[in-house]
Amino acid sequence: MSESKKETAKSELVVEGLHVRVGGQMVLNGVDLRVASGEVHAVMGPNGSGKSTLAYAIMGRPGYEVTAGSITLNGVNLLDLSPWERAHAGLFSTQQYPTEVPGVGLEIMLEEAVAATGGDRSAVESQVVAEADLVGFDLDLLYRSLNVDLSGGEMKRSEAVQLGVLRPRIAILDELDSGLDVDALAAVSHRIEQATHEDNLGVLAITHFSRLLTVLHADVVHILIEGAIAETGGPELAAQLEETGYDPWIDTRAESPVEIHLGGDPWA
Amino acid sequence: MIETQFTPDAAGAIPGPDWLVQRRIAAAEQVAAAPMPSVEEEVWRYTPIGQLDLSRYQLAADPGAQSPASAPDHIGIADISNGRLCAVELASEAAAQGVEIRPMSESDADLAASVDVDLFALMNAAFSVEPVLVHIPPGASVEGPIVVRHWLDTDGGAVFPRLIVDAGADSSVEVLELYGSADVAAFISPVVEIRAAAAARVGYLAVQDLGPKVWHIGSQVSHIGSQAHLRASTAALGGAYARTRLDTHLSGRGATGDLISLYFGDGEQTLDFRTFQDHAAPDTTSSLLFKGAVDDASRSVYTGLIRVRPDARGTNAYQTNRNIKLSEDAWAESVPNLEIENNEVHCSHASAVGPIDGEQLFYLESRGVPTETAERLIVTGFFDEVLDQFPVAGAVPAVRDRLQAKIAGLSHHHAGNGSGS
Repeated sequence: MSESKKETAKSELVVEGLHVRVGGQMVLNGVDLRVASGEVHAVMGPNGSGKSTLAYAIMGRPGYEVTAGSITLNGVNLLDLSPWERAHAGLFSTQQYPTEVPGVGLEIMLEEAVAATGGDRSAVESQVVAEADLVGFDLDLLYRSLNVDLSGGEMKRSEAVQLGVLRPRIAILDELDSGLDVDALAAVSHRIEQATHEDNLGVLAITHFSRLLTVLHADVVHILIEGAIAETGGPELAAQLEETGYDPWIDTRAESPVEIHLGGDPWA
Repeated sequence: MIETQFTPDAAGAIPGPDWLVQRRIAAAEQVAAAPMPSVEEEVWRYTPIGQLDLSRYQLAADPGAQSPASAPDHIGIADISNGRLCAVELASEAAAQGVEIRPMSESDADLAASVDVDLFALMNAAFSVEPVLVHIPPGASVEGPIVVRHWLDTDGGAVFPRLIVDAGADSSVEVLELYGSADVAAFISPVVEIRAAAAARVGYLAVQDLGPKVWHIGSQVSHIGSQAHLRASTAALGGAYARTRLDTHLSGRGATGDLISLYFGDGEQTLDFRTFQDHAAPDTTSSLLFKGAVDDASRSVYTGLIRVRPDARGTNAYQTNRNIKLSEDAWAESVPNLEIENNEVHCSHASAVGPIDGEQLFYLESRGVPTETAERLIVTGFFDEVLDQFPVAGAVPAVRDRLQAKIAGLSHHHAGNGSGS
């Protein structure tokens, strides 16, 4: 990546009071987050707390219905935009299990994405080669269909190549470390950190385990419990979580409705 | 009983070797006595066969223009216009091996097998003006395909081309048939007979790109001998109602048949395939993969039967049909069937009809690929698996281009994106 392409403009993803329903069930019940350029935020939570739903809702996946709240990127209301328009606005997301797309290669997809924003599709090939080198993505795999017959590590390296070529403002990484060997995790995390420094990329890393944060260093850690942020803090929060697990936060949440019930019930 | 000009007298008046004239008359008598097919019969279910009025068509009398379709590099080529053989070229190195492309002659009576699988194959036997033989002698190996180009340009014409591919033992050949037409309302009922003798290797690709007012009711009948390998493919792109029936007989021990086809319907087209994988000998293998897409108000029908006869132990037979439904008004029918009379076999079938995969669409869109572009990429990619396996590799770029042109015109009245939104 050339020095001249360094991005200095500030961007901010703002999520306010986000309520999301999936398949008739409320999964997010008022999430507030702000991720600015150059920052790495981790959203941590147990299974079923709504982590993936948060990622999908921000990207605009069909079936993830926002019932209240807002999502903006640099003041642009993302809820009015389709997923590809959100990508053009500067958003990028990786999936925990990237979808196989038979017959569609990495390069043609990136060429179409770049061309759709008025970029130069002929520059994509050399960018892909350079990015593949940065994360150790085997160039022979370029001729395979997207995510078809790739190992977990190869898929995430492929996504890091995509991020490098597309140069988003904000990246949402859903369980980046799942299925990754140590080398792949280090290579991909290093590339993302580099983008936060050189390109001012803002990152929202969604993860169940603190393992990811030993290689991808978070500035801010949010604990997501039952569809809402239970606590926000610095990296020390992840360290605390490593010791205690999610129980302390889950207990807090479980007690509070009971207190309200006792105080509000005239027959108690 | 069909009251048309397709009579035994008309069949008997077509010139040719005695045996052929006799066969035409006999077939025409059967035609005259046969009822029109009806959708009540399983093999004609889901078709517009009831709309076929044969009295609107006349036997095309004269050859017209030759096909303007470009042929890939080849070793031989035959041009057939309105069912008549107009020109043949054959490279000298193929001729030196005894390869022949020619009309059938007095001495070919024993090559004329009966393949009267339905009324239209019978009509072909009765009214095929000039059956063409591609003969590959035993042991001959032909580099580069033999191309047979068909062109129709008579409005109201009925043509019955017949091609016999006779591949001798241990020979090797690829044959490409291209079907095209001017914008005429014509009827074409071709028959292709493929005989792969012991250990022969035969590739056959038909590219059907007829005009939108042409009815096509065709039949491909193959006999695959011991240790022989047939790769037979069709790309069905054109026609109003275009049907191909495939009868693939794995007749010799160790025979293999790969049946790999694609179809893409748009406008008001109906594209129809009926396949029969007939395992009559032990240790035979057939793999069928048909992939189709239907857009606009088009329809497709796939019905397939794997039949394993009592003697065919050690059979491996596979049948897969996948369809993408690209618009609300399009419709695809997929009916696979197995009929197994031997226990020592491996058989499987799979079939699917659905819209463009919503998760694939979301993945591409989340990278910034606009919806319509993403759909085109996915549909193109869907057919790659088929195109990659086509025989006559030199013909694939032209098929891909034609498919791309159809995909570029995807309608945007979607059947939904399948993601539950």
